[in-house]
Amino acid sequence: MTDYSGTIDALGLREWCDGGVEAGGPMTMEQLLNATNGTATDDKGFLSTPFPSLDVLHNACGAIPRTRDMTAGIEDLFLAVKAPLKAVLDPITQPLSWALDGALAGILALPWMVTIPLIMLLVFYATRSLKTTFMVFGGLLVLSLIDHYTYAMQTLAIIMVCTVISVLFGIPIGIAMSRSDRLQRVSLPILDLLQTLPTFVYLIPLIFLFSVTEAKLYGIAIILYAIVPVIRLTDLGIRLVDKDVLEAVDSFGMSSRQRLMGVEIPLAMPNIMAGVNQTIMMSLAMVVIASLVSAPGLGTLVLRGINKLELGVGLVAGLGIVILAILLDRVTKTAMARVNRSMES
Amino acid sequence: MFDQQSSKTPKIAIRNLYKIFGTSPETMVDLAKSGMAKPEMLKQHQHVLGLDDINIDMMAGEITVIMGLSGSGKSTLIRHLNRLIEPTDGQVLLDGEDVTQLSASGLQQLRHKKMSMVFQKFALLPHRTVLENAALGPIVRGEPAGPAKENAKRWLERVGLAGYEANYPHQLSGGMQQRVGIARALCSEAEIMLMDEAFSALDPIIRTDMQSLLLELQEELHKTIIFITHDLDEALRLADHLVVLKDGRVVQQGEPQGIILNPEDAYIETFVGDINRARVLRVRSIQSSDPAPAGSETISATATLEDAIERAKGNPDVIFSVSEGNSTQGSLNMRHVFKSLVPRRPSEETN
Repeated sequence: MTDYSGTIDALGLREWCDGGVEAGGPMTMEQLLNATNGTATDDKGFLSTPFPSLDVLHNACGAIPRTRDMTAGIEDLFLAVKAPLKAVLDPITQPLSWALDGALAGILALPWMVTIPLIMLLVFYATRSLKTTFMVFGGLLVLSLIDHYTYAMQTLAIIMVCTVISVLFGIPIGIAMSRSDRLQRVSLPILDLLQTLPTFVYLIPLIFLFSVTEAKLYGIAIILYAIVPVIRLTDLGIRLVDKDVLEAVDSFGMSSRQRLMGVEIPLAMPNIMAGVNQTIMMSLAMVVIASLVSAPGLGTLVLRGINKLELGVGLVAGLGIVILAILLDRVTKTAMARVNRSMES
Repeated sequence: MFDQQSSKTPKIAIRNLYKIFGTSPETMVDLAKSGMAKPEMLKQHQHVLGLDDINIDMMAGEITVIMGLSGSGKSTLIRHLNRLIEPTDGQVLLDGEDVTQLSASGLQQLRHKKMSMVFQKFALLPHRTVLENAALGPIVRGEPAGPAKENAKRWLERVGLAGYEANYPHQLSGGMQQRVGIARALCSEAEIMLMDEAFSALDPIIRTDMQSLLLELQEELHKTIIFITHDLDEALRLADHLVVLKDGRVVQQGEPQGIILNPEDAYIETFVGDINRARVLRVRSIQSSDPAPAGSETISATATLEDAIERAKGNPDVIFSVSEGNSTQGSLNMRHVFKSLVPRRPSEETN
């Protein structure tokens, strides 16, 4: 274990190393094994020299911190900023909790014979397609028949709230990004990060900040994950608007506001709608994961299936999620096609 | 040409206009002013000299055609008139007021009221109907939609698109879309119309139709039209005043017949060498002031040489008496006509 002691001595750092306070803390697993087996690890030959990682170097020189100290440092840092961060974020995000709790309570307070026709009416209004409307009816019928009605409605309520908020924030952010190349350069890596970060990792800092019983905990996680496509596609859609058309409306003296509302947003609408569709689908994906942090809905059944090895419960709930996904996708795509058609002809 | 210009004040006067593209155009202005040409500036300083000391007078009620090959700066030039492109140096005077110094609101007023534009790629709003597109100018100005659309409907009728009001642009052919573009420009009631290669994207036959439409409209409206084209035949058909651009410089400008008969440099000679001179040149440009022999037939001064040859049945010995309006002006010797049909070869000048 003294592989690098010689190197440290040769560099003349021995004094600095020993001067440092010996970091305490528990033994590493390796040290423990060595201690119990009583085997010396010296003289294994050059090829078995361990990589000079922080832990290995720490053995040779006490002043070099171990990896464990680093992760502990991050944790300490996070704990230190937790209180002020919470003081700021808590009131700001409180309306999200209200919205989610309200939507969940509301959709369950309505009797099913009101909710289902209401959903069908809404679907018909958005799509003007009887076929899609009856497809939704069929899907809801299946879910209700297997006693998944309550869970499906909870999931639906969460998705609706999160999608509306994502769109409300995402479209203006996307517009701002399309206006400023600098903002776009700064935002794109953040959006990439949000999209590639494993979904579980999102939850870690949020659990620190908010209590698991609060709805906004999963609300924030879902929105952070699902807002990305609507931002990206709004930005892209506006940037793709025909430059010749923009030059023409400029030549007639359009103000930038007239241009945005009358030309850029309408012409970017197909892309923006594609972004909204993606946002809905990603909300659904995340609401399942978010059942880990007490989000109600179909995800809790999947979680139960995993935790208690109730194979049937988990698989049926998974199938229910698929049905919901297909319905949401069909409805938004049909509505999208209708809007695009009505714009063109 | 110069006599005619000095007698009237121009509607638009472009004075010493420079446009340089690159990282620091301002530092290049002095070099350009000292006479550095486009290729040298690109090679030595990596800046593109877009417009190089442009001076043009554009008269009210006339069609000024700016002609040049691609890359000659003609589209850049027309965009300086309504400041879709900002100049590096120089002035654009509209009725004596410098457009380049206008505030944002002044510029918006100018685009609202004084200048309208027609584009090569039509640039109609795809999500609005033909009628809404045509009424764009008044609607942008915030005028009530009802009268604006009534007015737009009249202009659509005028350009031959009655009955298409409720269609969308993509349902129309290219020529019809450009008619919408023209109706849109006319409907804004601006006195100046900028036309950027307006007919270049159209088929030859439709292009000729559109030129006739434009001339017909101009007969009645007397707008100040600035027309950009790369097509010499089109330029000659439309131009009251022709400006030839090359590498961002004005090579020659003046009355088109004069440019054909007296090209000032080899570039223009090669340019005008290929055209059908009989169809372009008019009797007025060839006639002599000598009186015609008594009893000779009269021919109008505005007739083309093709007409004259047809009238003379190809006989070179005929002499016509030329009439302009009601008076006789001089004579036209058919021998001169045939001689003028042969272009000066670019090489003859240098040898």
